[in-house]
Amino acid sequence: MATDRIVGIDLGTTNSLVAFMQGESPVVIPGEDGLNLVPSVVALDEHEQIIVGNAARKYLIETPERAVYSIKRLMGRGVEDIQEELKLFPFHLAEDLQAGEVIRIRLGEKTFTPPEISAFVLRQLKRNAERFFGAPITKAVITVPAYFNDAQRQATKDAGRIAGLEVLRLVNEPTAASLAYGLDKKQNGLLAVYDLGGGTFDISILKLHDGIFEVVATNGDTHLGGDDIDNLLITIALDDIRGDLGVDVSRNGEVVATIRKAVIEVKTALSSQPAAKLDIELPGSKRYQREITREQFEQLIQPIIDRTVGPCKQAMKDASLKPEQIDEVVLVGGSTRIPKVRALVKEMFRREPHIDLNPDEVVALGAAVQANILSGGSEATENMLLLDVTPLSLGIEVAGGVTDKIILRNSTIPASATQHYTTQIDGQANVAIHVLQGERELATDCRSLARFDLKGIPPMAAGMPRIEVKFLIDANGILHVSAREQRSGKEAEIEVQPSYGLTDGQVEGMILESFDNAEEDFRRRQVIEARNEAETILAALDKGKKSPAWGQLTSDEKKRIAKLEKALNQVKSEDDYQAIRKAIDALNQSTMRLAELMMNSAVSTALKGKTMEQADMGEGPTAPHPVGKAEFE
Amino acid sequence: MRAAHFCTACGRVQPPVPVDYFTFFGLPRKLNVDITHLERDFYELSRKLHPDLYARADRREQEWSLEQSSLLNDAYRTLKDPIKRTEYLLRLEGVELEEQSKTATEKARASGEVKKQVVPPDLLEEVFELNMQLEELHANKKLGEHDPDLVKELEGHKAELEKKFGALLQELKGYWDEWDRTVDRGGEEDRRKVRDKMVDLLNRRSYIRNLVRDVNEVLES
Repeated sequence: MATDRIVGIDLGTTNSLVAFMQGESPVVIPGEDGLNLVPSVVALDEHEQIIVGNAARKYLIETPERAVYSIKRLMGRGVEDIQEELKLFPFHLAEDLQAGEVIRIRLGEKTFTPPEISAFVLRQLKRNAERFFGAPITKAVITVPAYFNDAQRQATKDAGRIAGLEVLRLVNEPTAASLAYGLDKKQNGLLAVYDLGGGTFDISILKLHDGIFEVVATNGDTHLGGDDIDNLLITIALDDIRGDLGVDVSRNGEVVATIRKAVIEVKTALSSQPAAKLDIELPGSKRYQREITREQFEQLIQPIIDRTVGPCKQAMKDASLKPEQIDEVVLVGGSTRIPKVRALVKEMFRREPHIDLNPDEVVALGAAVQANILSGGSEATENMLLLDVTPLSLGIEVAGGVTDKIILRNSTIPASATQHYTTQIDGQANVAIHVLQGERELATDCRSLARFDLKGIPPMAAGMPRIEVKFLIDANGILHVSAREQRSGKEAEIEVQPSYGLTDGQVEGMILESFDNAEEDFRRRQVIEARNEAETILAALDKGKKSPAWGQLTSDEKKRIAKLEKALNQVKSEDDYQAIRKAIDALNQSTMRLAELMMNSAVSTALKGKTMEQADMGEGPTAPHPVGKAEFE
Repeated sequence: MRAAHFCTACGRVQPPVPVDYFTFFGLPRKLNVDITHLERDFYELSRKLHPDLYARADRREQEWSLEQSSLLNDAYRTLKDPIKRTEYLLRLEGVELEEQSKTATEKARASGEVKKQVVPPDLLEEVFELNMQLEELHANKKLGEHDPDLVKELEGHKAELEKKFGALLQELKGYWDEWDRTVDRGGEEDRRKVRDKMVDLLNRRSYIRNLVRDVNEVLES
């Protein structure tokens, strides 16, 4: 069972989380720093070591050219469609980037593709989970914005593979959130999920029916989120600084990073305060200060949050629903903390939205629920089944550069369509097919997914071959294509040229580079962590021996503790982490009563009028003690 | 009889058999379909066939589940929609429906062909007038002129067309009853007659739909 453990991962624009199902409810697994959120920030330090999360954040300010954030915005995209992004974000592209090549980002001396950078974040989450379970984790459910296209989904799946994770399912973020909400509600009706995160916006409408979560319509904008608000505030600050102080700091990466940090703090503060102050120290002992009221802030962001209205209306229209037919509205994503966003949602759906679950965590919790369903389910998830849809229509280019839609948006997935092709000239052996995704009529206005070349068609007169091509969108929202020439019964060979993305071979190479030593790395990390834990418990025991409680133990108990202490001291220098953990557990068991006695004496001391600190109970005999820890905190 | 999608003894998915959508749900080729019943069957089959249930199964079962559930979803999507269901049945009956979709129109436009569109006789007069008005409005807009009366008239026409469009579904339902009766007891000739009536109705329907779209395009431009 342990090797089959599947975790749920929310790979976010700003923050990422890993969660799993503990008994009846999903819980987030904290990192070593005790925090649930791992900032999606990756840096390369001066020793060319990859740093992820909170530890990487200081690089954003100190050495911005060695760090990257919001990489999710670049997943599955080509250089030509990130020009807007490049103006607003400090992405450093590799200088030797060729046209048509997958984007590479420079971090110090090295360059990485977006899936590789995401893989570093995933690997950190994987490690956090492995540390938590004390066992390797190889399987995961990863969430993606519902409105992600095929290339963006494929890039996310690639990131998982590079990180050494088998991605059992990509789940749409709003749908995942509905699972987390539906877990304890178990009711029927129509639910709208409004998900405004750091970089993406999704709206999904679901029909809940006896445990079936059927998405009826989804819409969104994969480039709309809190980042846009930050960028707007940064632009205003830069303009002010130029106007008032006469300096242009827009090219100074460090200063811009400082401003970014400051505006995010102001944005966050304005969700609970009527006003907040920007106070930024600039080079040359200048200082930029400005107070922003909530009213001003709300006016500024109105055009940004108004962009969520169109997708909501479209989704309602696609579902043939009116706002008053929706039974519940759920808010997801950090940006829904902004009161003005809540007001907008309330106005649009004419009801008070739900915010019972932490909007930062609910997607990861839902991913854990889905992971549990995939691993065979439990009492809590019994009868739960997710039926999701494809967010965008799938089409093929036909004569005249027109898109012929073959699978319409909001079709339940898996979904398939079959098309027939023939040849135009005698003896033609190849047929080219251009696959597109999007709603527009002209192929050039849609997203190019891939060009397929049907090869090896048996030589026949023009128009004679009958090639059946099957397009299938799987439960992850990813396209598969197969083809057969029906007269000869021959499977036609398909050569895929993904328009944006890594080839299988490239992904393989990336896995090998970073994961040659995965097992060894894991073992070594476990040994170090087990040793640290052993030191903690031994130190706590030393403290315990000096406490009055020690005298209350029987000599048998003391003897037993001494024996196990010696055993732990012996194994802790060896390389067998399992043996160390065993010895820790044994010693832990034997000191259980000592811990209780110390607790009691601490409590009675406290009752005598002393504070807990004065009672000098330290961290207790064994920090990881389940009973003791809960009491001491 | 519904096709055997899963093993009745162990409940596991079986390899898909190529069947039409009606057979997939164990339905006769009739056009009156109990949607509540269909939805219930859809949910029930989803609980047996969906890939989520085979995440830990072997590759073969995973593939079957993927194919079976995509067939299930395709079938449900087609049968639950009155127009798609009718079109699907007509295709099964060997009818090649005239494509009057926007795609076909665009295709024809792009290749410079004049698209053959049969104007339904009862719409001839109206279409003629409407096209004149559309052209006039188009010309006005080019010159930057605004004629509120013309816009009002066009909007009136549009409302009229939309009413007609809505009424077609009622008419179609009458043909469904006719068709379903021929399935139970009816000759080849009866079937052909009602089939032709439905084809004619669907053509009129897509014609009106395109007209409304053209009016909208001009009004919104």
